[in-house]
Amino acid sequence: MRQAFIRDIQIGIENLLLHKLRSFLTMLGVVFGVGSVVAMLSVGEGASKDALDQIRKVGSNNIIVKSIKSVEEESTATPTRGPSVSVYGITYRDYERIVSTFETVNRAVPVKEIRKEGRLGDNSLELRVMGTTPEWFELVQRPVLAGRVMIPSDLTHQSSIVVLTEYGARRLLATRGTIGQNLTIGGSSFRVVGIVQSEGEGETGSDLQLPDQEMDAYIPIDLARVIYGDTNLDISGGDIDITRVELHQVIVEVDDIKDVEITADAIKGMLEKFHEHKDYEMSVPLALLRQAEATKRTFNVVLGSIAGISLLVGGIGIMNIMLASVTERTREIGIRRAIGAKRKQIITQFLIETVVLSTIGGIVGIGVGVFIPILITLAAGMPTVVTATSIMLPLCISVGIGIVFGLYPAARAAEVDPIIALRHE
Amino acid sequence: MNNQIASGNGVIRLEEARKIYTVGSQAVNALNGVSLSFEKGSFWAIMGPSGSGKSTMMNILGCLDRLTSGHYLLEGQDVGDLDDDSLSEFRLRHLGFIFQSFNLIPQLTVLRNIELPLYYLGWEQRESEEHASELAASVGLEDRLNHRPTELSGGQMQRVAIARALANDPQIILADEPTGNLDTATGKQIMELIAALNHRGKTIIIVTHEAHIAEYARHRLHMKDGVIEKTEG
Repeated sequence: MRQAFIRDIQIGIENLLLHKLRSFLTMLGVVFGVGSVVAMLSVGEGASKDALDQIRKVGSNNIIVKSIKSVEEESTATPTRGPSVSVYGITYRDYERIVSTFETVNRAVPVKEIRKEGRLGDNSLELRVMGTTPEWFELVQRPVLAGRVMIPSDLTHQSSIVVLTEYGARRLLATRGTIGQNLTIGGSSFRVVGIVQSEGEGETGSDLQLPDQEMDAYIPIDLARVIYGDTNLDISGGDIDITRVELHQVIVEVDDIKDVEITADAIKGMLEKFHEHKDYEMSVPLALLRQAEATKRTFNVVLGSIAGISLLVGGIGIMNIMLASVTERTREIGIRRAIGAKRKQIITQFLIETVVLSTIGGIVGIGVGVFIPILITLAAGMPTVVTATSIMLPLCISVGIGIVFGLYPAARAAEVDPIIALRHE
Repeated sequence: MNNQIASGNGVIRLEEARKIYTVGSQAVNALNGVSLSFEKGSFWAIMGPSGSGKSTMMNILGCLDRLTSGHYLLEGQDVGDLDDDSLSEFRLRHLGFIFQSFNLIPQLTVLRNIELPLYYLGWEQRESEEHASELAASVGLEDRLNHRPTELSGGQMQRVAIARALANDPQIILADEPTGNLDTATGKQIMELIAALNHRGKTIIIVTHEAHIAEYARHRLHMKDGVIEKTEG
């Protein structure tokens, strides 16, 4: 039975090889159809993967609360002349409440952000000083390039240590050794204990993205609070701008991914109760992720459908040729029927030919379809991703096309009357 | 009319066989109540001018067409009761065809053409090739196995057709003007080959309008206007 089937396929291939050019041209429709489906899907996949990766990196279990100057605050602050103090943002109390109130919260990392000048020997650099806890490194997971990251004892001992990002470290420490140098930040001295990779660097498929130019210096948060306080004085262009912000950011990690959205809503509700103005902003990567995935699906369906049309055209091409082939081979069909072939055997014979044609076309098309995204990536720098689905789906469709578009010509072949066929010249 | 052949227990029997074609609005009585019986192992020639109904007779006897009324019994089976699939099966197991224009499949080699009935009988490829090679050798074509029909002469093509007709080892062989496309000398060779098959016990029916070809048959049946005019031998 299986051997007979293999033989049927062999005979089908032999028949197709009798008209090499015709078979090749017929196949071409499916080749380009499948090729464009594969290519379109991988372009769609690639475009969304970039966005998804970005979101995933922030962590889909995380909720980020950021301090912002509220709209009301800004409008009341501007008209007054002279130095005015604007107070806004998340407070230490907020942070404590988030940690103690919600059972779903695994941990929360506070971040205090101050701009200070860092000085090391003759080099000086404007740094973004981030006062935070060791957990920050666990949540964000930047590769450590040298030394170590912050550890819990740094926090308890209020050690004067600093972890730098690569970009800043390179500019400050270029000519010296890396670890163990003393860095002066805003008048206080810190020992460099480690260097981590800058954000956005070392990623694949994002060649266009520049590495984060932010030069960060991570120090224990309590120390930052003691040294720099919460009030920030910014003198620029003659204006004195005084702001008082306790925490600039809180990253909340939720235990279970399914609780993320509920927890985000609860935190929002809590903050609304304690903040008169909306001087904070929340972002939930998971929600963005969901949205991005929905967009991606729509995108894929649209692209896939467009490419599917060319597949349909390919199928019609196959049907057309097979109908012509049936007419041309009427006599052969008559001979086979006279000898004793049953109708279904004639159907099988022609169906195998179309399926072989469309399947080979599909396989070649996948080759083309995998090759096109590589070209696109090389030429346009667009990221593309070839997934198993974007290969298997068009392959199955091309086999299906062989069956669907082969069925009618095969049925026509089976209806040939042997008496008339044998008279056919 | 000769009723002598309508009786008996022949391997082929027609009883009051009628075949009416409708051409446009006109009904044509291609067979107009024919009864006959051909014995197993006999050799018949069906003769008659064109339009006499001999081609229709051949299609009916070959199970390619059905009667409008009457009965056709082949090896005791009423063919009229069979559906299309069973009819195909019947042709496959009991009948061998030889045609005027050979009717070989041009894209297949000699070997594959001879193998065709075996393919539909579901033979294993190796056995089938072996058997087909033997058949080719028996008609003197052992050195032409991988040739295409277009590379052969008319006589050689008809030999391939004969080998193919023998592949399924049928009891009955139907030959429709087997020498019609051949020159006299080649036609003679082919007829000798067919006659030899009869000596080996095959029931043979040929349709011809040439008297010297009909001479090879032991019995002759003359048709005219859809009825049997006379039988000889």
